[in-house]
Amino acid sequence: MARINAIPFGPQHPVLVEPIHFDLVTEDETVVDAIPIIGYVHRGLEKLVEKKDFIEYTYVAERICGICGYMHGFGYCHTIEQVMGIEVPERAQYLRTIWAELSRINSHLLWLGVAADAMGFESLFMHSFRIREHILNMIEATAGGRMIFGCVKIGGVRRDVPSEELRNIVARLGELEPQIREITEVFLKDYSVEHRLRGVGVISKEEAYQLGMVGPMLRASGVALDTRKIGYGVYKELTFEPVVETAGDCYARCKVRVREIFESIDLVRQAVEKTPEGPIEVKVKGTPNGEFFGRIEQPRGEVIYYVKGNGSKFLERFRVRVPTFANLPGMIKMLKGAQIADVPTLIVTIDPCISCTER
Amino acid sequence: MTEEQEMVSIDKKELVGAVAELRASGYRLVQIGCTTRADNYEMNYSFDREYRFKNLRFSVKNDEEVPSISYIYWNAFLYENEIHDLFGIPIANIVIDYRGTLYRTRIPSPFKLTEKPAEQKESGGQPS
Repeated sequence: MARINAIPFGPQHPVLVEPIHFDLVTEDETVVDAIPIIGYVHRGLEKLVEKKDFIEYTYVAERICGICGYMHGFGYCHTIEQVMGIEVPERAQYLRTIWAELSRINSHLLWLGVAADAMGFESLFMHSFRIREHILNMIEATAGGRMIFGCVKIGGVRRDVPSEELRNIVARLGELEPQIREITEVFLKDYSVEHRLRGVGVISKEEAYQLGMVGPMLRASGVALDTRKIGYGVYKELTFEPVVETAGDCYARCKVRVREIFESIDLVRQAVEKTPEGPIEVKVKGTPNGEFFGRIEQPRGEVIYYVKGNGSKFLERFRVRVPTFANLPGMIKMLKGAQIADVPTLIVTIDPCISCTER
Repeated sequence: MTEEQEMVSIDKKELVGAVAELRASGYRLVQIGCTTRADNYEMNYSFDREYRFKNLRFSVKNDEEVPSISYIYWNAFLYENEIHDLFGIPIANIVIDYRGTLYRTRIPSPFKLTEKPAEQKESGGQPS
């Protein structure tokens, strides 16, 4: 007769970089229910719009997360600009897009390292972080910061990047590309990795869509949905297609992220080629009066920023719906029926960002 | 603007029917959000289909119950628990109801509508 147990998973666990807790109800080795508990590091950043004016809040937005911090700054500024009808200069839009793609490469390489480490693949973890270091150096050389870029502002960007430096980035990415290909092929073709990830945590195309999943989680189930296709920034000027896999399992999620690294390198190349000369910012006049739901594609998926201004310098409401929050219901669904030994790899392949979720 | 967004004001009674219609038309639930206003809350239910954004909205008073849509969109349960925990809005019949334990904030329902102090009411501004 099956024995029912409740196993606490987290908030501290070797595969968890940040604190989240699951109560796993198991029947022998099978998970029959998973109850998430969040709030260990909830910071109430949405509430802070009552204390910081809409210009100052850009700094707060960038600090929502340590990995996709730039994306939050970018998304927040983009949403405010939509409310205020600000036309951002083209050069600034191109620079924003280049930094966004470098940020995506950084995030995916970080995930690759963490995933490798979680499976006991120490050498791959080291190689992944070694290559990621080069990406961070590029970001530091152009933006000034490594994790908190601090280069995006309402109306444009704070720093210009000389065209020669942009060409250097393309050249250095060209050198890194074969190295990334080498380590990702090792990862994806490894027997143990395939054995642990193939056929595990399968979410069908229909389920992924109806559960509101986003980003690589959604695309790994065969749904070709990528918010960049809306055309914010300069994505409408660049040629790309959403990276899609159809198996819907943990392996497919890994494959989507790996393929997205190469797609991002290509997008940086295209953007650098097309970056025009010109101003990098416009002066912001007035205060936001109106509302808009800004949407951008972070490394982990679609993120929503809701901004509502009442004509004063303090926003009436700022809300962020982050990708990990949208993927939580899918994660719960996936955990039900999984083997207890598969839970760590299931969670790692979701690439959860608790810092974002606990904004 | 980079995209057109359709904002539809509805009555609270129409919510479940309108959401069921959207589900039948192939929309996905993007988010549910809430905004504290001077004397009520504004609820926003956002949907998307092929990058077309549609938002349903209505107002509710303090402590007024809102029906759950989690039996139409299962993933709504997380947003509804969040709204319950942060705004103190009671939501009826959530498929998975954490009963206030999803967010463990030091101040219960930090966004809940409260009586503003007299000096803020006069100035009409935000605390700084």
